[in-house]
Amino acid sequence: MSAHPTTVTPETTAGTTVPVPTVPGVEGGRALNPNVPDGPPQSAWERRRLAYRLVNPANRRKLKVIVVGTGLAGSGAAAALGELGYQVEAFTYHDAPRRAHSVAAQGGINAARGRKVDNDSIDRFVVDTVKGGDFRGREADAYRLGEESVRVIDHMNAIGAPFAREYGGMLATRSFGGVQVSRTYYTRGQTGQQLQVAGAQALLRQVDAGTVTLRTRHEMLDLIVTDGQVQGVVMRNLLTGQITAHTAHAVVLATGGYGNVFYFSTLAKNSNASAAWRAVQRGALMASPSFIQFHPTALPVSSRWQSKTILMSESLRNDGRIWVPAKAGDERTPDQIPEDERDYYLERRYPTFGNLTPRDVASRNATEQIEAGHGVGPLRNSVYLDFRDAIARVGKQAIAERYGNLFEMYTHATGEDPYTTPMRIAPGAHFTMGGLWSDYDQMTSLPGLFVGGEAGWGYHGANRLGANSLLSAAVDGWFTLPYSVPSYLAGRLGSTPLEADAPAVQEALARTRARVDRLLGVGGTRSATSFHRELGDILYAGCGVHRTAASLTTAIDKIRALRAAFWTDLRVPGTGRRLNQELERAGRVADYLELAELMCLDALDREESCGAHFRGEHQIDGEAARDDERWSFVSAWEVPGDGRFVRHHEPLTFDAVPLQTRSYR
Amino acid sequence: MRLVLEVWRQEDPAAEGRYETYEVADATPEMSVVELLDRLNEQLVESGGDPVAFESDCREGVCGSCGVTVDERPHGAQANTPSCHQRLARYTDGQRVRIAPLRSAVFPVIRDLVVDRSSLDRVIAAGGHVAIDAGTAPAADLVALDHAAAELALDFAACIGCGACVAACPNGAGHLFVGAKLSHLALLPTGKHERTRRARAMVAEMETDFGPCSSFGACVEVCPAGIPLTAIAAVNKERLRAVWRGGRST
Repeated sequence: MSAHPTTVTPETTAGTTVPVPTVPGVEGGRALNPNVPDGPPQSAWERRRLAYRLVNPANRRKLKVIVVGTGLAGSGAAAALGELGYQVEAFTYHDAPRRAHSVAAQGGINAARGRKVDNDSIDRFVVDTVKGGDFRGREADAYRLGEESVRVIDHMNAIGAPFAREYGGMLATRSFGGVQVSRTYYTRGQTGQQLQVAGAQALLRQVDAGTVTLRTRHEMLDLIVTDGQVQGVVMRNLLTGQITAHTAHAVVLATGGYGNVFYFSTLAKNSNASAAWRAVQRGALMASPSFIQFHPTALPVSSRWQSKTILMSESLRNDGRIWVPAKAGDERTPDQIPEDERDYYLERRYPTFGNLTPRDVASRNATEQIEAGHGVGPLRNSVYLDFRDAIARVGKQAIAERYGNLFEMYTHATGEDPYTTPMRIAPGAHFTMGGLWSDYDQMTSLPGLFVGGEAGWGYHGANRLGANSLLSAAVDGWFTLPYSVPSYLAGRLGSTPLEADAPAVQEALARTRARVDRLLGVGGTRSATSFHRELGDILYAGCGVHRTAASLTTAIDKIRALRAAFWTDLRVPGTGRRLNQELERAGRVADYLELAELMCLDALDREESCGAHFRGEHQIDGEAARDDERWSFVSAWEVPGDGRFVRHHEPLTFDAVPLQTRSYR
Repeated sequence: MRLVLEVWRQEDPAAEGRYETYEVADATPEMSVVELLDRLNEQLVESGGDPVAFESDCREGVCGSCGVTVDERPHGAQANTPSCHQRLARYTDGQRVRIAPLRSAVFPVIRDLVVDRSSLDRVIAAGGHVAIDAGTAPAADLVALDHAAAELALDFAACIGCGACVAACPNGAGHLFVGAKLSHLALLPTGKHERTRRARAMVAEMETDFGPCSSFGACVEVCPAGIPLTAIAAVNKERLRAVWRGGRST
C-alpha cells in the first residue's frame, strides 16, 4: 500500500473525514470537544484564565482535592493548590514523595525565555514542539506550554533547583535534539532530580503548613464515580494491605507514563499504568496509546536477568558517531573493521542532522540495521556509538569532562571501556506520548477527573522532543491545574464529599477487594514478572519501533492468550494483609495485559505513519508517511470492557504552524 | 556463577529476624545486587516460597529507594555506589553474600530488607524548603548567582535521600543529610532569607530522632552522591549562627 502525500493545506485538513474503523472489535465514536478557547491560539491561555471561575479565599478550605502521584506534576499541583488554601490529600506509593520517576530525567528542561539573540521565542518553541510531534498534538496546548515555561524556570530556581550558571551569574542553556536554538536549562546531568526534589520540598512545606495531607505507601486501585462526577479514589495501604476510600470534590491523576508495559524500558521498576487504566475502566478515554518513544541511546539487553534498560543521555550523540559493520553478520571486533567497511548510516542518510536526528528517526534506523543483520555485540542487538574520532579531535581529557560520569556508568553496567571500545546502544522503550485524554483544561472525559504530566497526552503529539517532558510536567502541576481545577471547584461549592457509606463508595471498595482476592486466588505456578517479561517480548516484536498489520495482529492474538494464561497460572504468595510486593506486581501486570491490547489495536487502526508510530506499510523512501487527509485527528479510546473498543476522535487544526513534512535529511 | 545468599528475613517490625540461606545458581558478573534479589525472588515464587521484600525503583542510582547492607556495609563493597549499581563482578563462584536491611535505630525494619526512612522527610518538612509560592518568584536572571556558588550548591543538592549515611554512622547521626540540605539552600539567593529559621527548625527535628555526630566520617565513604564531609560541619555552623542571630529569621 502506498501512502498519501503528506503536505496538504490547512483548508483540506479542516474537512478531515474520519475513516471508518476496519479492525475487528473497533467501533467508530463521536467527535470530541477539546474545549479550546476560540480565536488565535497565541492568546488562548490568557482568554481562558480570564474566563475561569474563582473561589473566595475563605471558601477554599471547604473544597477538597485529591492528587495521586508526587512526581513533578503531582507535587506541583498538590503544593500549589495547598498554597492557594484548598484542602489537599496527596498520595504516593513511594515511601517519600521525592522518589517519583521524574527524578531520573537527565538532560534538562526547555523554556522559551528567548533571552539570547539566537532568535528563540514562544512561537518558535511551538513550531519545534508541534513539528517534532509530527502534527499529532494540540497546538493551543503547546502555546500554553511555551508561555508558562518562563515562569517555570523562575519558580523552580526560586524553590531550590540550582540551575547551571555562566561565569557572569546568569542562567546557562544548552541545545537539544530537534531544535536549532539553545533553550534547555539544566543542572549537570541531574535536572530531573533537582526539579523533583525541589517540588517534593515544596509539597512537604505544605504538609508542615497543614494544607496538604500526604499519604505515602498508598497505591490507587480504583476510582469512585457517581452522578456523572469523579468523587474519590480507592487506595491500598501497601504496608498493612488495608483498602480505604477517600472522597473529594475533584481528583488529579499525575501517575506517570506506561512505558514499563514493555518490561525492558528506561522507567523505574515501580512505574505503572494502573491508576490511568482504572480511570479508563471507569469511562475515561485513552488518547493515542500506541505513541511510544523509543530512546535510541539505551543500553542493549545483555542477559536474561537484566531488570531494565539503562538510559544514557542523548547528549552523547553530540560527539559519538553511530555505525555498524557494512557487511551483515560481520563477526570481527570493532577495531578489526577498517574504515571503509563501516557504515555510518545516520551520517549517510541524514547529512544535515547526522547523528543528531530526532529520537524516533535514530531509533528506527538502528532497528532497521539490527534487523538486517548488521547488529553488533554478543546478541547482535545493538549498534556502535564510537568516540574514537572525538577523542582524536579534542583529546581524552575533554571527552572525560563532558561525559565522564556516563562513561563510568557504562563501564559499571557492561565491563567495557568506552574510551577504547565503542559503546553499544539500542533503542529502549522510554516515554509515552499517549495517555488519558483531556480537554484544554486538562479535565478528562469524566467530570472532576483531571490529569497532569506523562499520564496525560496533548503536547507531544507522536514524538516528544528532548527536555520537553520535565517542562510539561512542571507546567501542568504548577501553572495549569492550579487555575483549571479551582474553576471546576467553584461549581462544587456548597456540596460535601461523598460519605463513606454512599453506595458508590461501597461498590468501589467491594470491587477493589474482589480484584485483590482474585489475584491472590489464581493458585498457579508462575510469577507476575515472568508474564511481564513475556508481554514485553511480544510488544517489542509486534508494536515496537516499527509495526505492520501482520506484526500487530500476531501481537494481539498472543496478548489475549497470555492474559488467559495469567489468570490461570499466576502465583501470588502470601496474603493481602501485609506488605506484599508480588501482589503489587501482579496487579500492575494484569493491567498491562489489557492496556497492551489497546496499544496494538490503536496502532493497527491508524493506517498512517507519524512520529514514533511507524507502520511499515506507510513509508516514502524509508521515512514516515503521514496521511493528513484521513488521520489528522487524535484517537481517544473508550474501553467498555465487553470486548468492544470505541474510537472517538478529536480533529486537529493547526492555525499557527503550517502542516509540513518533517525532514531531517 | 553460583552464589550463596544469606538474607535477613523478618515478618514485621515486632517480629524477631534471622538470616536465611539461599542459592542462586545462575548469577552473572554484570548483575547488580538488586538484580540478584530479583532472581532469588523469581526462584522463590516459582518454587512455592515467599519472596524477599526489598526496595528499589529507578535502578539508575538517583531515586534513593534502594539501600541494603551487603556484607556488613551499607549499599555494598564499592565505595560511594548505590545498591542498584553494586555489580557482582567482585564475587567468585560459590562465594557467600550477606544481605541485610540498612541498620539504624531511626530506620525500623518494616519487613525483610524494607526499612522506614520517614524520619528523613520529617526533617525536610520541618524546614528544608523555600517559602516562595507558585508565581511569586523573581525572574531567575535578575538574581545573579555566581558559577562557583551554583556548582557548590549542586554538590550538596545531589543527595538522593537513601539514608546510607545514617546507617553507616555508629551513632545513627543524620548530619550529612541535614547539613547537605542546609548548605544547599543557604547558598541560593532565594533560600538565604529564612536561613536562621530553617536551621533552628531542621536541627530541632533532627535531634528528636537522630544521634549525635562525632565526625567519624563513615557517612562519606558510603554516600552514593558524594556529599562532601563539610556538610556535617555545616550543621554546627548553621546552628551556632542561628544562636547568634537571636530572634531574627534570616
